Amino acid sequence: MSLGQRVSTDQQLTRLLQIAVVLEEVVESRAAHHLDSLPESERAEVDEEVEELLAEAGVESADHRERLEALIEELDAETVPYDEINDLVAARYGPPADTDGVLYDQLCSEETAYKFYDDLIEAIEASEVSFGVDRERVLRTLREIREEEREGAEEVTELMDRRA
Amino acid sequence: MNTADQYLKAVYLAQSLEDGPASTGMLAEMLEVSPASVNEMIGKLEQRGLVDHEKYKGTRLTDEGLERAHHALQTYCIIERFLANVLEVERFREEARAIESVIDDTVAERLDTIIDRRPECPDCFDAEADRCVFLEAPGGE
Repeated sequence: MSLGQRVSTDQQLTRLLQIAVVLEEVVESRAAHHLDSLPESERAEVDEEVEELLAEAGVESADHRERLEALIEELDAETVPYDEINDLVAARYGPPADTDGVLYDQLCSEETAYKFYDDLIEAIEASEVSFGVDRERVLRTLREIREEEREGAEEVTELMDRRA
Repeated sequence: MNTADQYLKAVYLAQSLEDGPASTGMLAEMLEVSPASVNEMIGKLEQRGLVDHEKYKGTRLTDEGLERAHHALQTYCIIERFLANVLEVERFREEARAIESVIDDTVAERLDTIIDRRPECPDCFDAEADRCVFLEAPGGE
């Protein structure tokens, strides 16, 4: 058992980056499912802002995924293809009851991702080892993505407030 | 998962393995720390009402501690199952132990949306084998 947050091997770092990719894939897939799951009547009512937010979330997650994949590739590992995660999401997907539920789920996604990147950065900073990929580049990438997740969570919160 | 939750999970598993109070020695072995560190942390958990410790006998979870230990073990089961079934990691037990401290409950809950976990989880966790009895491992382990 490993007590205390610390990433000190390539293997740990690789697994945690692979988990980050899956989290991004889950966000992307759930955002797409949310839009598809709404009944026609409600889909018409979904205002442009919500639709745009979900579409942007999907694009942003895909971009994060690509940046993480580049790091994982340098560690000589692979990631789980999006289609596989999309199938797993679809198998257990239960659509939220309404648009507010969709936004709430999106907020949870952004906040979860932020928390994960925050913990991961802290755990890397807690060790001083070198990895098979440039440590500063890893930290810089993760900090940038964490910032975008923070902004994403803020955008969802603001939209929820406007709709309340 | 924070350190306190890792300790509570270890007490839960040690109680199950020893069929009684968890000994300091077993906890130290499971957590890979010194007995002195175990005693210090157990003292803190006792102050928070999560465990009862009796000198020379060992440590038992209180009802509140048991609830938290259950939750921590569920989080651990999610990590093991995710590693085995989604990332197809053969040494999923070893790797789950290596990363559990970085995986927060909320992150585990998200990963839980794409894995098939049994409703009886975490009661189906085999403390001796250090895995869920229903987990189909990659490589047919």
